[in-house]
Amino acid sequence: MTTLTLAKSLNAGLRRALADDEKVVLIGEDIGTLGGVFRVTDGLKAEFGPTRVVDSPLSESGIVGTAVGLAYRGFRPVIEIQFDGFIYPAFDQIVSQVAKLHYRSRGTVRLPITIRVPFGGGIGAAEHHSESPEAYFAHTAGLRVIACSNPADAFIMIRQAIASDDPVVFFEPKRRYHVKGEVDEQASLADARPMGVATVVTPGDDVTLVTYGALVQTARDAAIAAEEDGVSIEVIDLRSLAPVDYATVEASVRRTGRLVITHEAGQQGGVGAELAASITERCFEFLEAAPVRVTGHDIPYPPAKLERHQLPDLDRILDGVDRSLGRPNSLSGVEA
Amino acid sequence: MNPSDRDATGLLTRPDDFVQLVTPTGERRADADFDPWVSDVDTAALGRLYRDMAIVRRLDTEATALQRQGELGLWPPLAGQEAAQIGSARAMRDDDFAFTSYREHGVAWCRGVGPAELLTVWRGTAASGWNPFERGIAVPQIIIGAQTLHATGWAMGATWEGSDAAAIAYFGDGATSEGDVSEALIFAASFNAPVVFFCQNNQWAISEPVGLQSKQPLARRADGFGMPGIRVDGNDVLAVLAATRIALDRARRGEGPTFIEAVTYRLGPHTTADDPTRYRTEAELDEWRGRDPLTRVLALLEDSGVDSAGLEREVAAEADRAAAELRSACIAIADPEPLSVFDHVYVEPNSHLERQRTHYVRYLATFEETDATAAGGAGAGTEGGAR
Repeated sequence: MTTLTLAKSLNAGLRRALADDEKVVLIGEDIGTLGGVFRVTDGLKAEFGPTRVVDSPLSESGIVGTAVGLAYRGFRPVIEIQFDGFIYPAFDQIVSQVAKLHYRSRGTVRLPITIRVPFGGGIGAAEHHSESPEAYFAHTAGLRVIACSNPADAFIMIRQAIASDDPVVFFEPKRRYHVKGEVDEQASLADARPMGVATVVTPGDDVTLVTYGALVQTARDAAIAAEEDGVSIEVIDLRSLAPVDYATVEASVRRTGRLVITHEAGQQGGVGAELAASITERCFEFLEAAPVRVTGHDIPYPPAKLERHQLPDLDRILDGVDRSLGRPNSLSGVEA
Repeated sequence: MNPSDRDATGLLTRPDDFVQLVTPTGERRADADFDPWVSDVDTAALGRLYRDMAIVRRLDTEATALQRQGELGLWPPLAGQEAAQIGSARAMRDDDFAFTSYREHGVAWCRGVGPAELLTVWRGTAASGWNPFERGIAVPQIIIGAQTLHATGWAMGATWEGSDAAAIAYFGDGATSEGDVSEALIFAASFNAPVVFFCQNNQWAISEPVGLQSKQPLARRADGFGMPGIRVDGNDVLAVLAATRIALDRARRGEGPTFIEAVTYRLGPHTTADDPTRYRTEAELDEWRGRDPLTRVLALLEDSGVDSAGLEREVAAEADRAAAELRSACIAIADPEPLSVFDHVYVEPNSHLERQRTHYVRYLATFEETDATAAGGAGAGTEGGAR
């Protein structure tokens, strides 16, 4: 075991993927000489050379589009989109090409492309640097959408994403890049938990709390706080947003009877909306209360000095838990 | 006729010229830069280029008829652009790769795409008709300009593998306004990618004239991106062949991308759903009919002592046979199985989609039971529709 930050564990995972398969190439803005604005690709260009770790022009559609061509040629491109809010210029190439080409070509063209995206807020950034665009991609058939939350998972999941023959949009919780954790650098992919499987990170009995990315840590903290209050929360790290591991969530909800979902992204059409609907369809008769969503407001991401009012934090999550339990809460007496 | 233009690095760049080796009336014009690239094209080879053009024109006519008769949902005719497509595609090697839009039936023909493979998309039975890796041509691209990036990425990969294969990106005048095309030109230039940007300027993007896309010859765009641009008569198959050979040779020698503007004309509608009489005149059409890519080759062959009338008859008979084959192949394309809608969305098993598929299988089965009930008379009705 080695103690690594999440960013360093991604770096280690990328290094391993580059070493294991010569068809793996990294492409992105500032990822080579600089090592990426978050240093996730630090040192990799020096180690593998400029045709394996490629500094690209400032052109997100160009990065994704050329990756499609590289996939046609048999490569396994790993793209870095520098910030969440910069992915939109590449939207057409992702949605119309990356997601659909295997289907359109009747299975002849494979797109083993990994699109790495630092996402979410909480770092006091300028606008367009704190977004949570995952629902757009979870809505798009043909993509797999993954969000890691901790160093150990990051090391394995980035390699699983690269090894996948399907395209993967891989969200990295940028405000947790510097969180440290124990990473088994000898871990083999064969023994690893598949990236499509959710993890129960805190067992509990009263409420199922589902989240992903940066809020996994917040949810765990909330569970600890609730325990002092006599409430037992089961925290699930979803890990895969498309497809969702409903089996794990459903098994938990059947025990607890209560479901709270939290994410930084807005509520409307979000991952939580889909999860609430699907779980309600699957085990309505086990629910003691309506599913509760604790999400960002449906607003453009606000300026840094206001972002604490946008991001679900420990107290807002616990308020959601109170709603689920029918205890006094922010909605008490308010017509929903 | 045109003095050669070489930039500071010695690259051939003639963005303001109009390179023409065969005039519309079939006169052969000398060009010191381009002639050496087609010195091997004797009358037999020219006859073969004529054959290609005549056959794809006949196939195009047949496909339009098939659409009118309800056998195809849509067809984007290539009529008028035969020389641009045949001249460029016949310059390719087997291990090169074409990334086209949706009108490049002539390119597909040259890459060995079969009749049923060509029509699958337009009959609406699948989103692609051929295996790109068997044919060296990507599946057709409907998003305007998107394929130029794919060609560029493929070409970057080829150099990283040490191959001297090259890609050709086919796109139109309208596509030059898309951001993806500019991004592709930037990537290709920066990475010195072996890719030919082959722009068929057919004057119209549905109803919008090329003047709305550019205030200057499109080939001049190349200079801004740091690559040579060549403007060629796209209705002159010999000039197109020469220009494409020059560009592919540069690509193979590690000299990077070239932009070719093939000036041509779409004689037909944008697609069978379009009505071009709303936006262009009969006079304009007549003018371009006078620059037909096929008649000039026959005239040149006649001048060179070939029995062009005999060739025309012989090729017409062959083209009729190809059209008949296209028709029967089209009608024989079976409707796909309903559950194939779920095929190839993912390579790997996907729990979400498998669940939806399972539900839909059950749903469809309820109709089978209902049908069986109807066929078997009264008595078994209560089982029908069980979910």
